[in-house]
Order: sequence, then C-alpha cells, then structure tokens
Amino acid sequence: MGAELGKYKACVSARSTDKEILKGAQDGGIVTSLFAYALEEGIIDGAIVAGSYDDGDDNEMCGTPVPHHWRPKPVVATTKAELLAARGTKYNISPNVSLIKEATRSYGLDKIGIVGTPCQMQAVRKGQLYPFGWRDVGDKIALAVGIFCMENFPYQSILQLVEDHAAMKMESVKKMEIGKGKFWVYGKRGQVVQLPLKVTHKYEQPGCHVCMDYVANLADISTGSVGSPDGWSTIFVRSKIGDAVWAKAMAAGVFETQPIEKVKPGLELVSKLANEKITKNRNTLEARKTFGVGKALRNPYI
Amino acid sequence: MGLLSSVFKKNVSEEPQKPVAPAKAADVVKKVETTNKEVKPVVDKISVGYTHLSGCTGCTVALADNYGGLLTLLDRYVDLKYIPTLADVRHIQQVDVSFVEGSVCINDKLAVEEIKETREKSAVVVALGGCACYGNITRFCRGGQQNQPAQEAFLPIGDLIKVDVYIPGCAPTPQMIRNVAVMAYLLLKGTKEQKELATKFLTPLMNMAAKGTSACFCELMTEVINQGLCMGCGSCAAACPVRAITMEFGKPNGERDLCIKCGACYAQCPRGFFNTDVVTEYEAINEAIMAALQ
Repeated sequence: MGAELGKYKACVSARSTDKEILKGAQDGGIVTSLFAYALEEGIIDGAIVAGSYDDGDDNEMCGTPVPHHWRPKPVVATTKAELLAARGTKYNISPNVSLIKEATRSYGLDKIGIVGTPCQMQAVRKGQLYPFGWRDVGDKIALAVGIFCMENFPYQSILQLVEDHAAMKMESVKKMEIGKGKFWVYGKRGQVVQLPLKVTHKYEQPGCHVCMDYVANLADISTGSVGSPDGWSTIFVRSKIGDAVWAKAMAAGVFETQPIEKVKPGLELVSKLANEKITKNRNTLEARKTFGVGKALRNPYI
Repeated sequence: MGLLSSVFKKNVSEEPQKPVAPAKAADVVKKVETTNKEVKPVVDKISVGYTHLSGCTGCTVALADNYGGLLTLLDRYVDLKYIPTLADVRHIQQVDVSFVEGSVCINDKLAVEEIKETREKSAVVVALGGCACYGNITRFCRGGQQNQPAQEAFLPIGDLIKVDVYIPGCAPTPQMIRNVAVMAYLLLKGTKEQKELATKFLTPLMNMAAKGTSACFCELMTEVINQGLCMGCGSCAAACPVRAITMEFGKPNGERDLCIKCGACYAQCPRGFFNTDVVTEYEAINEAIMAALQ
C-alpha cells in the first residue's frame, strides 16, 4: 500500500456516538458528527453540505417537475438541524465548491467547513494556491472533509437508474448505496433492489474518468465506507488541521474507533479499489492522447 | 519551464547586480546622510515595475489590499521601482518583473509606446488582471466616451508584445498577486529547490500566457465540458466576479451576456489545469508563503 492512499497521519475505523445522527447516516455518520462538533466548538461557523432542493426552488427538467430529496443542492448549514437534514449520500453531483466564496460573503463565515468528493478537495486546494477569483477565501477554509469516490452520476442518471432500472419512484427511496459490487436502492416500505454495476457504468459522469484520486488525498480528513464493517467508516487523518480537529473530537467522545488493522475487510480493500480506479483512469488518460487521428484530447494534468 | 529560466539567465545576471556595487564605494558617504530610508540592503530584492494602461485601478487596489503583507513584500523582497497611484515614480525603468494592468488602447500613441517600452525593459512581463490578459470589459468598448471619443480599439497586451505570465481575474485577488510575487522572488533569489518549486508553480500561468488572448465562459464549454472533463465541482461559479455562472444539474450554466471575459472561471477550474505535484504540497507552500510574510 502506497501512494494510492495519499499522505495520512492516521487511519482508523470509526462511527459516531450520536444515535440521532446514526439513524439517518450513510455509514458511520462521520461527516455530520464532525461538522456538528466543529460548529459547537467554534472550529467552523458553518459548513457547505449537500442539502436538497425543496418546493420553493425552480425545479423543472424539460417541463416536468423533478422529485426533490435526491436532487442535491449545496447549502450552508449553520445549525445541527441543517446538518441532519443533509445526512446520507445522494450519489449525484452537488457542486459544493460553488458556494465557497458566497459562504464568506452573504453568509459571512470566517471559518468554513466543506465536504466534498476528491475532485472537490482538489478544487479547494487549487483555490488556496491559485485564488484567481476567490478573494479572501483560502485562509477561511477551516475544515475540508473528503469522501471516498469511485465516480459520480448526473442527477438524470440516478433518475433513470432508480425509476427505469430499479422500477422505483424517486419519492419512495429511503437510501441508496454502492457496495459489494452492486448499486442498492432501498425503498421506504422496506423493498430492496440491487443493480449490477455493469448496468450503472454507462450512466457515470464522464469527467470522473480522468480522476486519479479515490480517497480524497487533499482533504483534512477523508472518510468512506470501504474498508470498514457495516455501519462504520474508514477515516484518514491527513493534514495538521485534520489532526488537531480529530484529536479534539476524539477527546470529546464524538466517535468510537477500532484500529483499522483489526477490522474486516480493512485497508487492503481500500488500497485495491484505489489502485483499480487509478489504473482504469490512467488508461483513459492514455487513450485520450491518441483519441483522434493525430489529435489528442486535452490533458488537464500538466 | 525553460521559458522563465532562460529569460532570467540572460537578464538577471546582468541587471540586478547594479544596486550592489555603488553601496560599497564612495557613494556610501552620500548614502549615510539618508540612511533611515533603507535599513536592509536592497541587494536581495527583485526589482518590480507596474505599468498602468487601460484598466480601472482595481488591480492596483487588489495589490494594495495585501495590507501588511504588501509592506513586508516591499520591505524584504521587492524593490518597487515605479507604479502610478501608489508612488510618485511613474516612468518605466529597467526591472526584473513588470506587472501590467489594463489593455492597450491602440488609438493612444502613449499607451502603445509604454507597453513596448515595458517589454524592452523587463525580463519578465506579467499580465495582471482580465484586461491585460484577455481584454476583459474593454473588449466591449465601441468608442464615443468622453473625453476621448475616438479611443475605441483596445487589445490585450499579448496582442502587441510577448507576455510571460498571466494572472487572470477581475480583479485578480490580493492573495494571487502575493503568491506570484513571492514565487517570482524565489525563482530569482531562492535556493535550487525554491527555484524548482517556483518554476513549477508559475508554469501553468506561463502556459496560459502562451495560449492566447481570448477568454470567456466559452472556455468552460470548449476546453472543459466539450472535452469530457467537467465533474461539476462549482469552482467556476465561485470564481465568477459577475455571477454569470450558476450550476444547473451539476454543470456550469453561463449567462453569456453577463460574462465580462475576465478568464477567472477557466483559470480557477481544476480541470483547466491541475499541477498535481504542486497542489499536493499545498500545506507546505501555504505555510512557506505565510512565513515569508511574517
């Protein structure tokens, strides 16, 4: 295990000690608990999270109304209630970084928390080093939490997967999950539909196929279900900020942990999936070089 | 990579040494009378100039908005030779690095002369802000304005001279100007490692300068979305100074009539450029820059 997991100071398996958070959590309730604790302690003034569209929003697609809850909308959460409302993975794109400047302006945050996919963490760090349009933003990013990500989907893809392939109404979905080689849709009445990932591949966002980061290497703390038992999450503590916040949260009893070496399936699975993603996408990048006849597609990594 | 280093090898070794020599000789006696002016020797500083063409002074204000950081920059790293608005000396001089604000009005003889003179007298020319890089709001000029109604044709400086580094955005942020200034210093005066880092940091900005003088929201379409690279992070929407970009179903939607052609969105996009080896070291680089300005 090497570069594919990025730099990290510590790696553990953890879950929240807050029963209320765990009830609606995707896995170990890590992001919600971390932000709730950081809000309470004044480490952050608010956090940019993936909320949902609601009735007041302009919410149409080609003239037909779009079901709300699973369509993510980046929101600035400044209370625990707002964080709770945004629990769970929505499996489609929430452009959280789009709020990063606004959070310091109309929301007036001096200490921003942000959760995002590995590419969004890359965007945050690029914005700190190369702030072309992010005036006075970089030093206000107080806690960036990254989530493991193999690929993401456009909203319309999720709509098609749930309604056409899984034959379920969006409104009746309780939870979605990718794990054990399947895409799972859980209904509110208890029904469960699983789709093989072979079906979902063609619905993936194309921009994900050049991404070389599985475990959010540039986050302060990154987390995801892979590697830990059900109901638990794998945690990488990466930066100085991440280290300090994690230590405080642990001391305050926000999480219970197990050594990653002791849990199944463990770090090896994380490593395996990370390498799979990197190898697959490196091949995509290679193929882009000779995509046309003597013409390459653009490579963003210079 | 070769661009800056080759430029510097030529010019820097000749030019910046000049201030060193007289300090030791008979001039010292004269200098003593005005010692309070400069406690530290100017030896280690890089010389910087600021040419102001058709721009709104917003870039100058952004530079000044580094507040204490600007003073530290001037104190330790940068010898600001000339700059309108902030200093009395305005005439273009021989310098290591020139920042240029504003586009060139080609109907204005003086502006054309100034940009040419800037190129001749600078080892490195940095286009500062959207107007100098891409024309920005001056692209929309049709002439007729008081008190020079016949001044109607404005071009980004790259259409008249070779530009080495771009800092797009309207206005460019104080932090971006600061980072480039510190990196320029490291490139010229730093250790071997610092020079390497600075070169890596500045390379994307040099690539942008080499790429051309046209930018708008369109780059997000042609260079990112059309190329199958957009992953919907929203960096562009956060960078846009006029809120012309909104994220619709996870992808940028540009209100193209609002776009002022500043180039911030494409520059900010992590799929525009992403130099992994530099950004991965964000923590150390941020710390180094902050330490340099303490």
